[in-house]
Amino acid sequence: MRVVSPDGEVVLHRLDGQIPGAGITVVVGPSGSGKSTLLRLCNRLAAPTSGMVAFRGEDVAGLDPLELRRRVGFIFPTPVLLGGTVADELRVALPSASDEQLAAVLERADLPDAFLSRAGDTLSTGEAQRVSLARTLLTEPEVLLADEPTASLDVGLRAGLERLARRLAGDGMPIVWVTHDLVQARRLADHLIAVIAGEIAAAGPPAEVAANAAVSRFLASDAG
Amino acid sequence: MQGDVGALGVAVAGLLVAVAVALSWWQRLGAEVQISWAAVRALVQLLLIGAALALVIDPDTPIAWSWAWVVGMVGFAALTVRRRAPEVPGVLVVALVAFAAAAVVTLGVLFGLGVFPVEGRTLVPLAGMMVGNSMTATVLVSRRIVGELRDRRQEVEVLLSLGRPARDAARPYVARAIREALIPQVETTKAVGIVFLPGAMTGLILAGVDPVDAVLVQIVVMYLVLGSVATTTAVVGLGMTRRLFTKDHRLIRLPRPAVR
Repeated sequence: MRVVSPDGEVVLHRLDGQIPGAGITVVVGPSGSGKSTLLRLCNRLAAPTSGMVAFRGEDVAGLDPLELRRRVGFIFPTPVLLGGTVADELRVALPSASDEQLAAVLERADLPDAFLSRAGDTLSTGEAQRVSLARTLLTEPEVLLADEPTASLDVGLRAGLERLARRLAGDGMPIVWVTHDLVQARRLADHLIAVIAGEIAAAGPPAEVAANAAVSRFLASDAG
Repeated sequence: MQGDVGALGVAVAGLLVAVAVALSWWQRLGAEVQISWAAVRALVQLLLIGAALALVIDPDTPIAWSWAWVVGMVGFAALTVRRRAPEVPGVLVVALVAFAAAAVVTLGVLFGLGVFPVEGRTLVPLAGMMVGNSMTATVLVSRRIVGELRDRRQEVEVLLSLGRPARDAARPYVARAIREALIPQVETTKAVGIVFLPGAMTGLILAGVDPVDAVLVQIVVMYLVLGSVATTTAVVGLGMTRRLFTKDHRLIRLPRPAVR
């Protein structure tokens, strides 16, 4: 598979790989390596220039993109709230949702149901990111894609969100988590994919991938 | 007619240009040449247009010439839109469609329902008002829509990734862009007569037409402008949503315009 940006820059090339349908797969790589693009290909926020992306054996180009996006949830690096109360925020995903449904997704995102009446702009970044997660969970995705979801969070909140991801994965929702932080990647991954300069440098069990020569070079150059 | 202005009158009015030039010289604005050039250019351009218009809208000239004039205006306006909104993809086509829609709506009502007879004398100026305002609105709205969607890409992509169709995801931003482009027009319409007397009416009154008749014509022209701006913004809004998203509901890349 290959992705070329409109100005001719090759973002991903010779990409060939599989993401397991269980647990947490972490895609790690330095910034600009194409890992976010890889994630966006999975819910068709991006499209490959050549080659194909398959979801559960089906070419995503042949699926209804809107339905695919509800089956494959996406969390962005910074929480984006669209205005109103937390309940309004959640109902963006499912306007017909009952209060019970809203309380249930909040609980899955580790937030008390008292949050429903809170105004979105009174939330901390960590709370807002959980509300974004709850909003995505309301579409009942089969899989969750998370693009640097802790990028805007401090260390304590980061650990909280990682625990939450672990629990969701344990409950049977496969997660693909993108990060540039190899330490976080090793901590979180059941399966690790290292993307460097638009190519998969290594993929497999975390310890093995982290020991790979190219990956350790990236770790040395991108320490921190 | 009591409103006749002769060559002498124009020459005397030219004193007002001299006042502007003198001010520029006195305050060292360095704009003397520019002011003189602008004044001369306006005079020559309008004289040429006036002479051409006199030929085109002469009752003895076939009305086809007036239509040709209108087509020329539309083409020129579309090119102007492309020049003034270079960062908007496919703006030329969107502009042409918008002008066509505005023409059908406004000229359709004014001529179709017999407000004015279809003559060169009415067709050319009314189409001119319609195209001119439609052009400004197209530039304004299309640039704002692109700007809104570019600056709000994250929000739009959140909506898309929740499975919202492109039309839905774009709606709040397109609506905001349209509202912002339409409001000045509505404000102008409200303030008319109180704050300023519109050009068409002023011209008619100066040319000796009864003020009440002038007012009636002006009101029709104002409604025409409002109608064309509204139609244009709606068409541009729809057209832009189609242009800026792919068929599989992705927002295309929208580079920032180069700083000029």
